[in-house]
Amino acid sequence: MTSNRILPMSRAISEAIAQEMRTDPSVFVMGEDIGAYGGIFGATSGLLDEFGDGRVRDTPISETGFIGAGVGAAMSGMRPIVELMFVDFFGVCMDSIYNLAAKNTYFSGGNYKVPMVIMTATGGGYSDAGQHSQTLHGTFAHLPGMKVVAPSNAYDAKGLMATAIRDDSPVMFMFHKGLQGLAWMASPDGAATVVPEDTYAIPFGQAKVVREGKDATIVTLSMMVHHALDAAEALAKEGIEAEVIDLRTIVPLDRDTILKSVAKTGRLIVVDEDYKSFGLTGEIIATVAEHDPTCLKSAPRRLAVPDVPIPYSRVMEQFVLPNAKTIADSVRASVKGA
Amino acid sequence: MATRKTQSKTNVSADELKQFYRDMLLIRRFEEKAGQLYGMGLIGGFCHLYIGQEAVVVGLEAAAEEGDKRITSYRDHGHMLACGMNPDGVMAELTGREGGYSKGKGGSMHMFSKEKHFYGGHGIVGAQVPLGAGLAFADKYKDNGRVTFTYFGDGAANQGQVYETFNMAALWKLPVIFVIENNQYAMGTSQQRSTSSAEIYMRGEAFGIPGEAVDGMDVLAVKAAGEKAVAHCRSGEGPYILEVKTYRYRGHSMSDPAKYRTREEVQKMREEKDAIEHVRDLLLSGKHASEDDLKAIDKEIKGIVNNAADFAKTSPEPALEELWTDIYADA
Repeated sequence: MTSNRILPMSRAISEAIAQEMRTDPSVFVMGEDIGAYGGIFGATSGLLDEFGDGRVRDTPISETGFIGAGVGAAMSGMRPIVELMFVDFFGVCMDSIYNLAAKNTYFSGGNYKVPMVIMTATGGGYSDAGQHSQTLHGTFAHLPGMKVVAPSNAYDAKGLMATAIRDDSPVMFMFHKGLQGLAWMASPDGAATVVPEDTYAIPFGQAKVVREGKDATIVTLSMMVHHALDAAEALAKEGIEAEVIDLRTIVPLDRDTILKSVAKTGRLIVVDEDYKSFGLTGEIIATVAEHDPTCLKSAPRRLAVPDVPIPYSRVMEQFVLPNAKTIADSVRASVKGA
Repeated sequence: MATRKTQSKTNVSADELKQFYRDMLLIRRFEEKAGQLYGMGLIGGFCHLYIGQEAVVVGLEAAAEEGDKRITSYRDHGHMLACGMNPDGVMAELTGREGGYSKGKGGSMHMFSKEKHFYGGHGIVGAQVPLGAGLAFADKYKDNGRVTFTYFGDGAANQGQVYETFNMAALWKLPVIFVIENNQYAMGTSQQRSTSSAEIYMRGEAFGIPGEAVDGMDVLAVKAAGEKAVAHCRSGEGPYILEVKTYRYRGHSMSDPAKYRTREEVQKMREEKDAIEHVRDLLLSGKHASEDDLKAIDKEIKGIVNNAADFAKTSPEPALEELWTDIYADA
């Protein structure tokens, strides 16, 4: 089937879920306001009408309870997709995630699997303050036993969600609110894409070079991919060709694509909407440094939230989040040695 | 303690009574052996023994059918033996060996058996309770008529997630039996010092979940209560709470200083309420078994436990390559 229809990321996610539910009766969805409401960020819109409340289950506001129930159901052969409305809410239910979902396969010596997707909304930029604006990529990626996915656009989101549902391990599927294409929140142009109607799966652990360049490598993910592409566009006008890598999955991490690119460009800028210290940006730089520090022509750089809680004030929030200008400045400094 | 129910309320054959004696004795002797191996340094971490509480799992397993599920906390050795898991594999997991149920990666608190529908073995107080509801959710979804025994202690009964789970289980009419093993101490804090109301089984009332207290030192009473709970769940009426009043003779774990209760209190329970002695008395006084019959059972159990200990001592240490398996389902 050929079609050039363009879907917002939210619709791409709900379509992937619906397609898996049609073929696999063990897939069901559970979470707060994912049914009649359609999911606050639209990731489950339309599912209740098609599948009914037996398979699309609104839950009480009891994250520990229903994520724990998801773990039990998954161990018992189901494939639950459980929505944690905002990733920031992990504070009330992390035990279910990192002590149970992530460890029961190991602690059972492989006797049980936990094929479960925890779908959650990340990111800021819309003045919602620091209990509703974090990405926490590094928090989940740090803990063994979970796979961690963070798509930047509708095409990838659909294919990665299909893979997540079919995966026999627990998967954190982290979608950025600002990419969902909601009527009440602006999205960058590149987030809504052509999305094939047929089912397709994108393997985990394969980063995508979304723009090729010879002068510097920008490694990033999720919302920041769009800012990085804008920066690369601006830099091209100055004669600097930046390569942009969209990680797509954090665990597993496609280190080879990063190393290959940096070997070519000799310069590395890592951009993440998560906190700066002890996280993804440091991990990527360490990967390159451990592999071959001599491949770097200048010191690696990173842009991330500078270790402060994300503030409410628009001016303050915009200051702490990386953007196209700060990314371009960083690349420029890296290339020119400033 | 609740008043012991009379045996006349239950219908148990002499053979079944003997089986109860045997199953409870296996748990006790196994745990005594585990305590010895711990003392010898062969078992690490915190080892939580089930001695004193044997009638709880043995009585409830007698009420279960093939395919029913069970999940519990870290005081889990008794549950595993009662549902038929191999003592060799359990003991070898305690010693962290290759032949253990989790290949040495889980230890005392983390063992599982798909074959026996045993879902662990969990180390965080109360955390297994939502999982139990999830197991029951899956059964209801599949409409397979199974029930899940979700065990937790009187200490865990004060965890918030238990009430999140009660609400969901009642709302969705899940076939789950919440078995509160009230051994009267949350680690070292007595129920009087930790729990506002003595009647934990009534805590489901606000959610519309029926509850019942039962004498957990009386295996016949436990079985009878279990059958009632199972019938309730299987008929589609939703969850059921059983508060089984029991007592653990040993410390919370092997590192317990035993300062929070008197030796006399423990001694009194052992002498007056011991569940195994109770069944032994019934067998002998009812002339269902002779002293020699019981000695033969004792000998058989001793053999099983010694074999398990030998296996656990001689099973190889896990290869370090095993560190990197089972982190994910596909690797």
